[in-house]
Amino acid sequence: MGAQLRVYRSKIRSAQTTKKITRAMELISASRIQKAQQRVAASTPYARAVTQAVSAVASYSNVDHILTTEKENVERAAVVIFASDRGLAGAFSASVLKESEELATLLRSQGKDVVFYLVGRKAVGYFSFRKRDSARAWTGGTDQPVFTTAKEIGDELVAAFMRDASDGGVDEIHIVYNRFVSMVTQTPEVVRLLPLEVVEGVEAPGDTAALPLYEFEPDADAVLDALLPVYIESRIFNAMLQSAASEHAARQRAMKSASDNADTLIKTYTRLANNARQSEITQQISEIVGGADALALAK
Amino acid sequence: MAITVNVVSADEQIWSGEAEMLVARTTEGEIGILTGHTPLLAILAGGEVRVTQVGGRKLVVNAEDGFISVQNDTVTVVARAAELVS
Repeated sequence: MGAQLRVYRSKIRSAQTTKKITRAMELISASRIQKAQQRVAASTPYARAVTQAVSAVASYSNVDHILTTEKENVERAAVVIFASDRGLAGAFSASVLKESEELATLLRSQGKDVVFYLVGRKAVGYFSFRKRDSARAWTGGTDQPVFTTAKEIGDELVAAFMRDASDGGVDEIHIVYNRFVSMVTQTPEVVRLLPLEVVEGVEAPGDTAALPLYEFEPDADAVLDALLPVYIESRIFNAMLQSAASEHAARQRAMKSASDNADTLIKTYTRLANNARQSEITQQISEIVGGADALALAK
Repeated sequence: MAITVNVVSADEQIWSGEAEMLVARTTEGEIGILTGHTPLLAILAGGEVRVTQVGGRKLVVNAEDGFISVQNDTVTVVARAAELVS
């Protein structure tokens, strides 16, 4: 067998093995998207209800609580980045990291310090490679998030938010995650968790309209204190679920195009190998014919 | 006139629809909500939330660890754990 042919054969084999792997990953992701999507759909009403209730209070009432009032000078802002644990998901982690880079630049230009909280091994890797600091990192389980992790992140953030800025606390909390729009579109999104941004469905009161008096039971402080962690946790958990669904969708797409690429590679190399085999045969025939001719002439 | 009621738990929307009255137990005691109620935000003490639907049918939901919010005749019961009893 000619050297050329052997090289092509081994390339075909390696493309075939790669294709097997990418194909398997594609199927695994495809089967997990459904479940992840259902979990997103299931948790969304809760997150929306909590957010709406909180922002209604924030925009309608004049209760003085850290949840509802913006600080005048913000010294430090926290940015929570939701990336993935594993790669091979196309631009999934890269787009989130790029988005948070832009957010950080914007915040710094407003004279705020930026503290990073990382979720997912890819984000941690990105930061450690660039020798940058992060306040805290959570790794593992980004493709199947559990509520306890959301609670842990929430507790940490609330604790940081409650601390004074001079004490190492933060005055703002932003989250950056991939929102699951559809199977083919996942967009990185930046949301300011605290202080609250008014969400859809709650109209801002007009300037002239008197604020309706909100009734609180047992009292405003107690209610809002109880609401703050619930709000943070539900938003974070929702972000984690969205991010997980997006990760599966992104991986499925990346793996599908990898499998397709492997197919074209196999095809090209098979053609080349056939070509090489044919020209080898042609050469052998012409050698034999040439040899026979030479013998016939020598006689 | 009716109030719009949403009952939501951490992992699903339990019930949503129009109702005439809603009775829930907050940390301060039982509270009944009819149309035109002032905006309210209260912590639930757990236990039953009773909804009288338009037409008189009753609905009971068990809600633990949550709160209730009233605004513009929309009542939202948000609980970490909630289930439809009847």
